[in-house]
Amino acid sequence: MIKIKNLHANVEGTEILKGINLTVNRGEVHAIMGPNGSGKSTLANVLAGHSAYEVTEGEIIFDGKNIIEMEPDERAREGLFLAFQYPIEIPGVSNSIFLRTALDEIRKHKGEPELTPKEFLSLLKEKAQILGMDTSLINRALNQGFSGGEKKRNEILQLLMLNPKLAILDETDSGLDIDALRIVSEGVNAYKSKDNAVIVVTHYQRLLDYIVPDFVHVLYKGRIVKSGTKDLALELEERGYDWIIKEQPETV
Amino acid sequence: MNEETREDIKLVEDVTQTDYKWGFVSDIEADEFPKGLNEDIIRKISKIKNEPEWMTEWRLKAYKHWLTMEEPDWAKVNYEKVDYQDLIYFSAPKKKPELESLDEVDPELLKTFEKLGIPLEEQKKLAGVAVDAVFDSVSVATTFRETLAEKGIIFCPISEAIINHPDLVKKYLGSVVPQTDNFFAALNSAVFSDGSFVYIPKGVRCPMELSTYFRINAENTGQFERTLIIADEGSYVSYLEGCTAPMRDENQLHAAVVELIVLDDAEIKYSTVQNWYPGDKEGKGGIYNFVTKRGICKGKNSKISWTQVETGSAVTWKYPGCILLGDNSVGEFYSVAVTNNFQQADTGTKMVHIGKNTKSTIISKGISAGKSNNSYRGLVKVNKNAENARNFSQCDSMLMGNKCGAHTFPYLEIENNSATVEHEATTSKVGEDQIFYLNQRGISTEDAVNMIVNGFCKEVFNELPMEFAIEAQKLLAISLEGSVG
Repeated sequence: MIKIKNLHANVEGTEILKGINLTVNRGEVHAIMGPNGSGKSTLANVLAGHSAYEVTEGEIIFDGKNIIEMEPDERAREGLFLAFQYPIEIPGVSNSIFLRTALDEIRKHKGEPELTPKEFLSLLKEKAQILGMDTSLINRALNQGFSGGEKKRNEILQLLMLNPKLAILDETDSGLDIDALRIVSEGVNAYKSKDNAVIVVTHYQRLLDYIVPDFVHVLYKGRIVKSGTKDLALELEERGYDWIIKEQPETV
Repeated sequence: MNEETREDIKLVEDVTQTDYKWGFVSDIEADEFPKGLNEDIIRKISKIKNEPEWMTEWRLKAYKHWLTMEEPDWAKVNYEKVDYQDLIYFSAPKKKPELESLDEVDPELLKTFEKLGIPLEEQKKLAGVAVDAVFDSVSVATTFRETLAEKGIIFCPISEAIINHPDLVKKYLGSVVPQTDNFFAALNSAVFSDGSFVYIPKGVRCPMELSTYFRINAENTGQFERTLIIADEGSYVSYLEGCTAPMRDENQLHAAVVELIVLDDAEIKYSTVQNWYPGDKEGKGGIYNFVTKRGICKGKNSKISWTQVETGSAVTWKYPGCILLGDNSVGEFYSVAVTNNFQQADTGTKMVHIGKNTKSTIISKGISAGKSNNSYRGLVKVNKNAENARNFSQCDSMLMGNKCGAHTFPYLEIENNSATVEHEATTSKVGEDQIFYLNQRGISTEDAVNMIVNGFCKEVFNELPMEFAIEAQKLLAISLEGSVG
């Protein structure tokens, strides 16, 4: 699904990603973990094409295409989705109009017809139900005045509606209480299939109790320094990151 | 300057490269007066309109007063002053003396309005909207007049009203904006050539939107239209005003006066979509839009609601206001002002509370892009005897890029302690984060900006009649195409 090769990226002249190599296949869930400042969110944003980050070296092959030169909206239409750590508020723009526009753009790109208002609404209701979302949120302005939990739920609603090939979840668990965490995870699990893939960026193991990863990678100072299975996440929970950091050569 | 900022600036520049679509010139033979202004010209205007003596005198009084006045310069706008002796004060499409039907209108003229999307032919009239079309100095066609006349509604060019309804005109013309009110109002009073007149009789709810479309075509011509709307007791009317002009290198002057009079329990809703030619990307040409608009809530429980979407003009200088004289009267002002390239806008409102329990609401949204400057200037005045007056003002500014400016000048004059006055103001930038967020959901930058801007203006667009709201959204999109920052 996505093949990241020797990816280097700068922000304001400072190198944050220093050669990431990662392959995620269809049907897989990969977790990216690591201490603060290791480059996890940078990786998520670079994959989505945020203009504040400059890719200096490497390739990102997404579903057979090198997307390095693609604009963020093109990547999104190709089926790459980023659930934001801090979803953005857009005053006055209704959640449903926004979703409708996004869905139309993506369907148009795939050569599918636009949904009728009725079809759209019933799809929206179906997906909102999975997340136990109050339908009133749908007519409110996009993320405006939403609580932290509502915002995260809204991200997953968008994920379910847009049904991308690859979902990157950037610290979707941050700021969620245990019930919200469970509901959001159920949403992600409802999305997951053998045809798509998920990259979960997280600090904590607890999210991985719900969204079970096939692989876990530890990011440290811009490189993946250790990869393993779900057990690695459990070990990190127990022992922290120090033991891995100590294994690293000083020069990193 | 870091990469990001440079990128922003580039985006802004890319996006602001849209051309004015209404800039064509119609090849229509015109009757024009020589350049310059003097008593003779005013008498000639009055004569060509077959005006009664009292009207000629009214104009001359305004002219004499105007001569003693100086052009004001307190607004936050810079422009090359107009040479008033270098303007033509009357230009009319040549036509047969009396028009019996639209068949007799110059087909070129009909074509012009067709191109502007304002069909005047009977069979193609906009559904449910009566249109008065003003071309340069004269009104060329007013539609639906018979239908309206059945209800006793008068909707006609003001030049006709002066002749056919002198009592109403004498009583109300200049009653809200006196000839001596200000420099541009005095000039308008002296030389106005046409405009619309509306009278809604007691208890009548006007069954359709009334609309006037103003078009400046001729070169070196000032447009000075005059609009007078009277809503008698218990009546209601919604009135729409639209305007465009050709692209010309020299600046053209538009100095209109609009007066609204609302009696007991009546309401006027006045909406404007102003799209005069704004000048080119280097700031050359464009319309100077110096307009005096004012309404009086004369009767108790009366209401005036001004909604404006200002996207055009090189320089805009206008403050639609409400004098809330009647007890329990309500004044509203909803405004979106967009400036791009080198446009300048200094606009806002005046709410003067005189009656008891009067209420006013001001919602102003200013959007600045390019190298433009956008100012909100508003006055809320509560007189000594205005018990329990209430005002709420909200002035929001949005900046695109970092070469433009937004300014807010709220003035408060409160003479009664029982007044409640609230003012909120915000300034925001169209965030790169907002655009990225929408991009990440497959929405192009162009559409993302439109979405963000429309969201920002939503409270104002909600006040516009449906078709106008759609037109306003489209205009906004065109005015700001690509202005990202």
